[in-house]
Amino acid sequence: MPEANVYSRTYKTAVTVPPLLWVTVFLLVPYALLFCYSFWSVTPAREIVHLWNLDNYADLFRNSMYPTVLFRSMRIAGAVTLLALLLGYPVAYYLSFHVAERKDLLYQLVIIPLWASYLVRGYAWKTILGSDGVLNGFLQYLHITRHPVEFFLYSPFAVVLTLTHIYTPFTFLPIYASLEHVPRNLVEASHDLGSSPWQTFWRVIAPLSLPGVLAGATFAFVLTLGDFLAPLLVGGPSGIMISNIVVTLFGAAYDWPKGAAISLCMLLIVVGILYLTERIERKFSFQ
Amino acid sequence: MTASNTQQMPAAASRANETLLSIRSVVKRFENREVLRGISLDVAPGEFLTILGESGSGKTTLLRLVAGFEQLDSGEIWIAGDRLDRMPAYRRPVNTVFQSYALFPHLSVFENVAYGLRAARAPKSDIPARVKQALDMVKMGEFTKSPPARLSGGQQQRVALARALVNRPRVLLLDEPLSALDANLRRQMQSELKALQREVGITFVFVTHDQEEAMALSDRIALLRAGRLEQVGEPREIYGRPQTAYAAQFIGQTNLLRTQVHDGVACAGAIVWRTFEPAGTATFSLRPECISLSHSGGPPQSGEIATARFRGRICAQTFAGASDVLEIDCGSQVVRARIPAVGPLSGEREFEFSSADAIRVRDAGS
Repeated sequence: MPEANVYSRTYKTAVTVPPLLWVTVFLLVPYALLFCYSFWSVTPAREIVHLWNLDNYADLFRNSMYPTVLFRSMRIAGAVTLLALLLGYPVAYYLSFHVAERKDLLYQLVIIPLWASYLVRGYAWKTILGSDGVLNGFLQYLHITRHPVEFFLYSPFAVVLTLTHIYTPFTFLPIYASLEHVPRNLVEASHDLGSSPWQTFWRVIAPLSLPGVLAGATFAFVLTLGDFLAPLLVGGPSGIMISNIVVTLFGAAYDWPKGAAISLCMLLIVVGILYLTERIERKFSFQ
Repeated sequence: MTASNTQQMPAAASRANETLLSIRSVVKRFENREVLRGISLDVAPGEFLTILGESGSGKTTLLRLVAGFEQLDSGEIWIAGDRLDRMPAYRRPVNTVFQSYALFPHLSVFENVAYGLRAARAPKSDIPARVKQALDMVKMGEFTKSPPARLSGGQQQRVALARALVNRPRVLLLDEPLSALDANLRRQMQSELKALQREVGITFVFVTHDQEEAMALSDRIALLRAGRLEQVGEPREIYGRPQTAYAAQFIGQTNLLRTQVHDGVACAGAIVWRTFEPAGTATFSLRPECISLSHSGGPPQSGEIATARFRGRICAQTFAGASDVLEIDCGSQVVRARIPAVGPLSGEREFEFSSADAIRVRDAGS
């Protein structure tokens, strides 16, 4: 292999060592620690006992709170994913196929929310949805409601709304990228063979943009599932998600072993999802 | 001679009347640039018409207007009495073979060919047989299940042809379909394409920049230059009787002789011959193969005024198999001659050509 000599030993070291270091220090070591902690336990005096046992995992099934909150988190993640796709796909499609001028400007307008701080967007929804917030004030001004509507804020609904707003750009981006990669002559070929624009969309464009849809859906679902700030800001007690429990366990409750056990379960779920979507995506990419 | 003329007249007239595709005064602009500047062209049923032109001449744009991928700015396109240019692309009874094939990557070869049938809502039970027939026609019957990405360029080309032909279009449009193939495959596909067109009897409108391909395949060639039709005619007619200097140079090789005509004599430096053209400046096209070595020596006899002779120095000789190409310096200009291979030649020689072979052409430069 003569081309093996193109890169010097120093060059190879320089490009491989930093990422390896990064992965080791920030991923492998923390996950190994997490793994160990999840099999340890904690005394009532909040001291960690290095005694290997499965109690933390057993507790996850024994205490019904954990599955309940986990399923609620997945429902919220599912709802956010669906809404993000319903909002993101049409925008991406319109931008990619039907905008010729000022495409960049519109693209930036969709992306701009990403530049704003997460907290700013969270608090914005708090001000909009609160009992003396913008939405309630507007409804009362129009005499649609007489009293402030309470369930806007501090509900799963508020969490879904906020997270949809925050994560739709993440869904939009991969869909837009996949639509931009659909060769335009395929669309022409479809029209040429007698398919109307509507048929062409379903038979050519939609199947070819599926990898982007999957990637976007994965983004929205996984990011929502791990979110704990939106429930904290706008969720209230009924909008608590699984990550809030993890945060509490690592913080106020000081039960790191149980927190680690939940985290590992979450990690498994997410890795499972990533593995599945990766498999499907590969099946539907033709380049 | 008059008898044969009167016999041929009605046949020629009826063929001219019988028009399938009619392009009338078509103008197309991109931004402010006029890409097509008033194209009028009639295509007869069953004809193999080639739109020939260099890149940027507007040939692909013309094809895309007929297919419906672009909208014209003025003019009309008709197909068998229907206004074509007002129909959306998916309603037009024409199909296209794309330069890059444009096969659907997510569909098998079978589904690619079946695509048009499904769009036309052909009876489900007919589809397998019709797809198979179309694929057999292009010798791709064994590849029905493969995804297009597994096929070679030539095979993809065949599938694209089958896909475009399966719906039996009134006109098949081909946009440089052979340009991505290597030379051998290209020649093979050319003859297959011609045979296929005869077999199915569908009108082909073929776009290419390759004049040899155009001459080999076409019933007629429409030579396009910068958005205007330079000349339309049968390949032999355009080659033998080019109307313009551009047509003479683009189709085949030629010598352009820029002359002054006085009293029935054309004079291009040392080359002088008799002509019936009126006095003034005139440009003539003289094909290299029309020039030959003169063996008589001495001035032309009074009886052979139709033969022109000139002397020139052979400054280069290129061996081309059955023939040699000579570059002859005759003082005022260098002309090329293609003569049967005779072995090495050099020095000053006398050459001759029949003055009927010097064709007067229109020349923007003169």
